[in-house]
Amino acid sequence: MSARVSLPRWVDIVLLPVLNVTLAFIIGGIVVLVVGENPIEAVRIMLYGAFGYGYGFGFTLYYTTNFIFTGLAVAVAFHAGLFNIGGEGQSYVAGLGALLIAFAVGGLHWALALPLIIIAAGLVGGFWAFIPGWLQARRGSHVVITTIMMNFIATSLMSYLISRILKPANVSSDMSAPIDPVTRLPFLAEWFPLLRNTPANISFFVAIASLFFVYWLIWRTKFGYAIRTMGHNPTAARYAGMSNARLIMLTMAISGALAGMMALNETAGAQGRLMLNYVAGAGFVGIAVAFMGKAHPIGVGLSALLFGVLYQGGQELAFSMPAITREMIVTIQALVILFTGAMSEMLRRPVEIAFLLSRLRSADEGGGR
Amino acid sequence: MEDIISILVTTVRVSTPLILACLAGLYSERSGIVDIGLEGKLIASAFGAAVVAAVTGSAWAGLLAGIGVSLVFSAVHGLASINFKGNQIISGVALNFLAAGLSTFLGAAWFGRGGNTPPVSGDARFYGIQLPFAAELRDVPIVGPIYSGLISGHAIMTYIAFLAVPVTAWVLWRTRFGLRLRAVGENPKALDTAGMSVSWLRYKALIITSVLVGIGGAYLSIAQAASFTPNMAAGRGYIALAALIFAKWKPVPAMFACLLFGFLEAMQYRLQGVDLPVIGPVPTQAMQALPYILTILLLAGFVGRAIPPKASGLPYVKER
Repeated sequence: MSARVSLPRWVDIVLLPVLNVTLAFIIGGIVVLVVGENPIEAVRIMLYGAFGYGYGFGFTLYYTTNFIFTGLAVAVAFHAGLFNIGGEGQSYVAGLGALLIAFAVGGLHWALALPLIIIAAGLVGGFWAFIPGWLQARRGSHVVITTIMMNFIATSLMSYLISRILKPANVSSDMSAPIDPVTRLPFLAEWFPLLRNTPANISFFVAIASLFFVYWLIWRTKFGYAIRTMGHNPTAARYAGMSNARLIMLTMAISGALAGMMALNETAGAQGRLMLNYVAGAGFVGIAVAFMGKAHPIGVGLSALLFGVLYQGGQELAFSMPAITREMIVTIQALVILFTGAMSEMLRRPVEIAFLLSRLRSADEGGGR
Repeated sequence: MEDIISILVTTVRVSTPLILACLAGLYSERSGIVDIGLEGKLIASAFGAAVVAAVTGSAWAGLLAGIGVSLVFSAVHGLASINFKGNQIISGVALNFLAAGLSTFLGAAWFGRGGNTPPVSGDARFYGIQLPFAAELRDVPIVGPIYSGLISGHAIMTYIAFLAVPVTAWVLWRTRFGLRLRAVGENPKALDTAGMSVSWLRYKALIITSVLVGIGGAYLSIAQAASFTPNMAAGRGYIALAALIFAKWKPVPAMFACLLFGFLEAMQYRLQGVDLPVIGPVPTQAMQALPYILTILLLAGFVGRAIPPKASGLPYVKER
């Protein structure tokens, strides 16, 4: 094997991820062709559905909010070398925290309740991720396996709690009683009439703030430095006097707390109550968002928006092209994870060779002059 | 007696795909390839089997298609984790989503039944096989119910699954291939030094994995049920993974772990809507969660310790 070709930084940070995502979308386009629809037309309809009018845009923001939270959850853990695929379960149980605190302070103005809801949802979500963190740190069992198990346990536990305990007697579908309207987080439509009748609510701003928070946490604090060190080289971190076990547990708890913030957008905001299976795959989308965004807040924000567009635009698409169902989005999500996460090395080699050739050529030209 | 037999029959039925997927995972993980993608392969092969069986009218063609689809998935997984030295877990997760998304998407586009495939019957489906003398022995006490009721009358995949357990044990502990398989999962460098191809061995393990999980997937859609429904595996791939950890990557304990988890599932159907004193209606959710809770407890070290093959999850890079 030949030695690594050193590539300029922008190639690693921008070109390769863009190429990988493009590849994922090209394959997605081929799948669309297979079922006999026009992929270019599909993209046009999606973009219109996501940005073309206020109602669609509101939904795009609403989905983006969820994906920022779940994407950041995966990203933070990723910096520590941990793969948290339990966002789905952590978000789900966090809904319980958000709901119970909202019930407890029912009638309190939302602006005062918001910090409490953030803390409660964060604590419950964080606790659910702390368990796998503890198992990894103290028992050496892989966090991937345990977070998967915790997802299933969360599903069973929450389905029991919602259908047997929280459901009011006079309601037929599986959901809790509503949160007091004064306490419930307000819709953005109150300030932006363009977004009326959409579920976009003020947790969108909490999501934006979380992006800044994570940037600060990872690159501007001692803790962030420690987890990045551990992520790159656990042995070095231990020799530098860091307690890997403590870092693992703390990182997982923070990761779970971030995933738990999704409860603000859904339980405390859009739905104003706890619904059965309300996470609906958003926790898993976070994996794709984090990989695509290279675990950097700017990247996470942009890829969350892209998936927000896919989700909202996908709804629109399902109306105009009945052959293209919502599952197309899951397929795209899978391809994005595959190419940006697992097969990111595949395109590196050709790019390296291209750079090598262009360098040789420019060297030749330089010599001939 | 009747009750017990009927619960045990259900246990055997629901354990079949678990055992196949679990043994499939055993081959791949023993070779050092972590396979989170078992769930996805079950879904994909169930879909492939149901589509081909419905279109061709042949159950055997369906079974082959199921195995074929699962081979394709393994090829992608192998490419990502063996050739490109990518992260095996990420690849597995991606393949799970790919299977879930693509199967429902293509199913809905092709058949327009919301992702379901057309139901199969007759030659397009696998039915229970009556073993010899099953009818004659039916009325003999004790032997009758056990032989005719419990052992006879399952689809061929069930017998393959239970046969695969001793075969796997023999391959793993008594053959040259088994020795190499265990070695490549523990210390690939040793094999490389001895002049064997780590990649090829791992690909061979992945092929066996695909065949087994493909049979399991086909069982779900054209034997146990008569068509593919979205997300048909319903977490069975993950339960199989849990069983594999529970069994500490050993074939015979793996079978028992699968039977235990299968028994829990059977009891869940049985106890649906039954009122217990004090608790009231049985919380079936608790039984659904039990395999996962047990595995977590095991991993926490309360029920012994589970140590995976040493090199599992690590791509092998030859020294330069």
